[in-house]
Amino acid sequence: MKAFWLELREKRVSYLFVAPFLLVFTVFVLAPILIAMGLSFTYFNMVEPPRWVGWSNYLALFLEDDVFLIAVKNTLLFAAITGPLSYALCFIFAWLINELKPRIRAILTLLFYAPSISANAFMIWTVLFSGDAYGYINGILLYWGIIDKPIQWLVDPRWMMPIVIVVILWMSLGVSFLTFIAGLQGIDPIYYEAGAIDGIRNRWQELWYITLPMMKHHLMFGAIISITNSFAAADQIQALTGTAPTDWATWTIVQHINDYGYVRYEMGYASAMAVLLFITMVLVQRLVQRLLRRIA
Amino acid sequence: MRLRISNRRLARSTAGDAAILTLLALGAIYMALPMFYAICQAFKPLNELFIFPPQFLPRHPTLSNFSDLFLLMAQSWVPVSRYLFNSLFIVGAGSAGNVILGSLCAYALAKHDFRGRQLINNLILFSLMFAGSVLVIPRYLIISYLGWINTYAALVIPAWGTTLGVFLMRNFITHMVHDSLLEAARIDGASEWYIHWKIVMPIVKPAWLTLIILNFQQLWGDQGALFIYSEELKPLPYALGQIIGGGVGRAGVAAAVSVLLMTVPITVFVINQSRIVQTMGTSGIAGE
Repeated sequence: MKAFWLELREKRVSYLFVAPFLLVFTVFVLAPILIAMGLSFTYFNMVEPPRWVGWSNYLALFLEDDVFLIAVKNTLLFAAITGPLSYALCFIFAWLINELKPRIRAILTLLFYAPSISANAFMIWTVLFSGDAYGYINGILLYWGIIDKPIQWLVDPRWMMPIVIVVILWMSLGVSFLTFIAGLQGIDPIYYEAGAIDGIRNRWQELWYITLPMMKHHLMFGAIISITNSFAAADQIQALTGTAPTDWATWTIVQHINDYGYVRYEMGYASAMAVLLFITMVLVQRLVQRLLRRIA
Repeated sequence: MRLRISNRRLARSTAGDAAILTLLALGAIYMALPMFYAICQAFKPLNELFIFPPQFLPRHPTLSNFSDLFLLMAQSWVPVSRYLFNSLFIVGAGSAGNVILGSLCAYALAKHDFRGRQLINNLILFSLMFAGSVLVIPRYLIISYLGWINTYAALVIPAWGTTLGVFLMRNFITHMVHDSLLEAARIDGASEWYIHWKIVMPIVKPAWLTLIILNFQQLWGDQGALFIYSEELKPLPYALGQIIGGGVGRAGVAAAVSVLLMTVPITVFVINQSRIVQTMGTSGIAGE
């Protein structure tokens, strides 16, 4: 105990430096995790105090809530497609752009990055895929005679998920993309010259034997960000296909959480979902990291 | 045609160049066309927005959507300047707090040795692994418990605890600030506070500019609908969202709003692009 106080006194500057951030971090990131875990075992409607209900929220999720099971399926499917695809797009485009001259590189970086930072610009896709003849895609297809009546892109369950995926991918070249651009620029050209002397014949060998190993750390970081984002998409999906999509075809867990939390005020039930999603995300992250490390 | 590569031209084939250019062109079309279409929409008169077959480019470009928007904004009973102030205040205070608290923490984590450092590092890395959206409910409860509902604090203070910035900054300080420099300053009797603000922060300027931009993008698009219900505290995107909620007749105005809202973050990014790329260069995760 005495040693602890001595350490605290001796390193007080360090502790004072980290304390303010750590306080906010604890209140708004760590505490919410614990609170969600606690509340997930209660019935809590924000009016009465929480009432302990044991595992019944979790049981109800799997036994009584069909929409939740659809949301689980959608979320996993969505994450399994957009996560790896967006990661691959971020890397491929960063790699392609890196071969160009600095000026063009800067312009293309902006072009590819812009959709991810442009507030509600993605809503243009609702105009492109609008269900009437004034929607751009429908209009063109009708005009060319490919279809004879407009397709309800964002209402027909066969089209909803693919379109949502296209839109989310469109706006997913964000932090990971910039990280890869920066990582590629940070590789000293001398390695490529040395590689050429050692018998590297084409750009694919260069990519595999020099670029990827040199960018290992950036690739790890990008993977974490891409996975997190692939599980989190909710607001944009809801803006595209509405608050009660046909057959719940694009309903994800985060939307279900918000529905139960803010519309029905069943905070305990919503917390149980949040805890499950949280655990899934962390497990997937661990798994992917282990996988990436093995490849590296 | 062959690509000219800045200072190396090794191991390149024409077929490969062609494949790469094709891929890049396809990617650029996918990314740019919707953005370009969004901009075109904002300059179309209402009758061109509902025309068959739809036209990509405006035939008679007009600024009427923008003037309509300003007219509608002028009619709003809370002056638009107030919404703009709210947005700027939330973005400004949120970013400033995150930079100040985050940079102090990042410096200590990068250059000080103390018990618990590894734990904090792990916690920060851990927090990048899940999205904030799973925490919305308990966060809402905490903010309401603190009595911050319907105040700026509900949007500003949680932003101070964003970990991505601290993570980037810690890496940047570790790579860019040499220990010998800090040692020299300490021998000259400089306090850690002085060292942080006068030596470390000027060196890592790209990092905290990046932090401001990441915060900006996060907070600028935030409508704050959950926490703010007083009209005079609402941020600009929320107010604009209300204006364009007026149905089909507002389609042109809605397009103008999209263009206005996207201009701000894109401009900020263009100004700081090279610094952001420099910061991201150190964003790797050590593979241990």
